[in-house]
Amino acid sequence: MTTTDNPHLGEVVAPPEIEEETAADQAPLDRDLMALPPDASVNEYITAWFKRVRSGQSGVLPVVGGLIVIIIVFQIERSQFLSALNLVNLLQQSAAFIVLGMAEIFVLLLGEIDLSLGYSGAVGAAVMTILAYPPINLPWEFAILAGLATTATIGFAQGQIISRLRLPPFVVTLAGLLFWEGFLIWVINNQSPSNGGSIRINNTVIYDIVNGNMSVTAGWIVLAVALVLFGVVSVTRDRRRRAGGLVAPPLALTLAKVAFVAVGGIALVAICGINRAVFTGTTVRGIPWVVPIVIAIVVMWTVLLNRTRFGRYIYAIGGNREAARRAGINVHRVRVLAYTLAGLTAAAAIIILDSRTGGANTDTDGGQIVLYGVAAAVIGGTSLLGGRGKMIDALLGGLVIATIYNGMGLLSLSADFQYMITALVLLAAVIVDAVSRRGQSSA
Amino acid sequence: MMADPTDAASETQEGNVSRSALADRETNPGSEARGGTPDSQTLLSLRGISKHFGPVTALDGVDLDVPSGRVTALIGDNGAGKSTLIKVIAGIHEADHGEIFWSGERVQIRTPHEATLLGVATVYQDLALCDNLDIVANMFLGLETISHGMLDETPMELKARETLTSLSVTSVRSIRQPVGSLSGGQRQSVAVARAVMGDAKLVIMDEPTAALGVSQTAMVLDLIQRLAAGGIAVIVISHNLNDVFAVADRVAILHLGRLVSSGPASDYDRQSAVEIMTTGALSGRENGAREAAARA
Ligand SMILES: Nc1ncnc2c1ncn2[C@@H]1O[C@H](COP(=O)(O)OP(=O)(O)OP(=O)(O)O)[C@@H](O)[C@H]1O
Ligand SMILES: [Mg+2]
Repeated sequence: MTTTDNPHLGEVVAPPEIEEETAADQAPLDRDLMALPPDASVNEYITAWFKRVRSGQSGVLPVVGGLIVIIIVFQIERSQFLSALNLVNLLQQSAAFIVLGMAEIFVLLLGEIDLSLGYSGAVGAAVMTILAYPPINLPWEFAILAGLATTATIGFAQGQIISRLRLPPFVVTLAGLLFWEGFLIWVINNQSPSNGGSIRINNTVIYDIVNGNMSVTAGWIVLAVALVLFGVVSVTRDRRRRAGGLVAPPLALTLAKVAFVAVGGIALVAICGINRAVFTGTTVRGIPWVVPIVIAIVVMWTVLLNRTRFGRYIYAIGGNREAARRAGINVHRVRVLAYTLAGLTAAAAIIILDSRTGGANTDTDGGQIVLYGVAAAVIGGTSLLGGRGKMIDALLGGLVIATIYNGMGLLSLSADFQYMITALVLLAAVIVDAVSRRGQSSA
Repeated sequence: MMADPTDAASETQEGNVSRSALADRETNPGSEARGGTPDSQTLLSLRGISKHFGPVTALDGVDLDVPSGRVTALIGDNGAGKSTLIKVIAGIHEADHGEIFWSGERVQIRTPHEATLLGVATVYQDLALCDNLDIVANMFLGLETISHGMLDETPMELKARETLTSLSVTSVRSIRQPVGSLSGGQRQSVAVARAVMGDAKLVIMDEPTAALGVSQTAMVLDLIQRLAAGGIAVIVISHNLNDVFAVADRVAILHLGRLVSSGPASDYDRQSAVEIMTTGALSGRENGAREAAARA
């Protein structure tokens, strides 16, 4: 790390003529391509990309590969695994893991952890449920906002305690885990003493977040708009880089990327467009609302991390907190804001979870689900040591966890096996991460 | 300060000056050989700076004047307090006692941000880079270009490339590669580039050439002189006395947290500098006499 242990100390430098840098297409963390000359062809880009993958520097590929293997195994064992009904079910299951993983990534990037997010999120979701329930009957928008604000405030307060008093996040948020579990039980039982520890979601909009579907036509329209936006943004960004005298990937490559995303989107909407009704004579079709919601959160938080000062500072603090401080960054403010956004996102995750189950429950296992959130992030490629990771990691990792969960359910394997297999996947992900990191540092 | 105004042999006029009004500083060039031209104004003045770390006294009543357009070399043994002193100037540590004057005005430097706003840029001994961020992001950390609330990478990348080219940093593969993948010398070049990129009025470099190869070292030494020639005040810390005497206009020597000697570089030679660094003073009368004679 420091200059002293570096083997290249006495290196003599080449003549003064700087090498062209390559087109890393956006913020510093999206470095999909290695150094290439400015006029590199598509072929050269592809070769460089394969080299990268082989040297273990591509975080995404092992996860996607692993996911495909898992899917094939389950499909061989149970032919209904890849049915429209089950795939949509899988998406619904994965949503809470994905969103909680994103919540956790805000703090994991700092090199910290928040163990309380499961229960603090559940408290926010319970607040929402209570506010939307008689006698209060708040409109769903306000109920959801209040729920999000509740957990954001909890995150803010815990962040303040951690940062101001310089306490270890692990311990403070462990205390938070216990405290908010107690608070969750208290608030639900207090509010609704005769309901056996649960409050039903009494608002169809909130219930439909996971259980309701967009019409198929609406799905296609949303997809078309999203793809056009994505394509325009990608192409104009490259064009602007070129206009500014910088290098950008060839147009064909950018278009290929957009096409790849388009194929995925079309497959998604098409599968969700198949009638998956269990009873004959009825129709159930369309994308569950939660899918575009999750994608919107991924995009929003990715932009925040990659394109704003705050995001840059999260990575900087995770990489070297003292360097960040010396660069004049208000480390305290960034950390507290990260905990606050983690809280906000965690509330969204548990709102999704409660929407799926139909109510807020005292027996929500916030201790377990928060660890699934961490696991989703880590399986996707986010480092526990800070400074490395992306929001999309939670999406991939959350899908892996949900796939295992779902497939095990189809195989009628009980919880004991689910836990053990999930554990092995998590372990494998950490090993892949460590090995690729070793390859990188020796490169 | 320790100087006895009458003892011109081991101490220079720095001691005298610290007692006189700051405004008189430039009218009192004294016997400065290289630093005496009229345009040499005091940018930064430290008076009675002390810093304790628990029981350790890292700095003890340090007085120092840093003129614009001059290279001030800060030298001293390991643990003398050099890095601590520049961290006080850079806002990393707040001094326990003492005053800081910037262009003659009393200022407080409580945070690195305040130092940056004054116009202080620093290359730290431990470089202070974020290994996970790329070269551009490190060079612009805390100084990002923003448009419409978003990071504007294009001007940052162009400026970073331009600065690195001017420093003849040519061995990096891509300025978008993470700093963690760079060699020690390349990392040091990035840290130096970051400090000289902006329009700082005072550039501080703590061991800027420790990890550099021969040609790169020459490049940084040349850059230091170019900065000073451009009117910037430069403070350089180095254990390499060859480098020190190659670029310094003024020398300040710290010993166990006290500034024991300072003055024009021409007042010192390697031998006297080493002796003051290690013992805190010049021992023999002959030495002092020889030095006084040399200056006369
Ligand atoms: N953060 C700190 N906490 C406690 N003590 C410190 C701290 N920083 C410096 N010191 C102490 O202050 C004294 C001066 O240290 P400093 O780093 O300023 O020395 P230096 O002159 O830069 O030495 P070197 O040439 O080895 O870099 C040393 O005794 C050191 O142990
Ligand atoms: Mg030092």
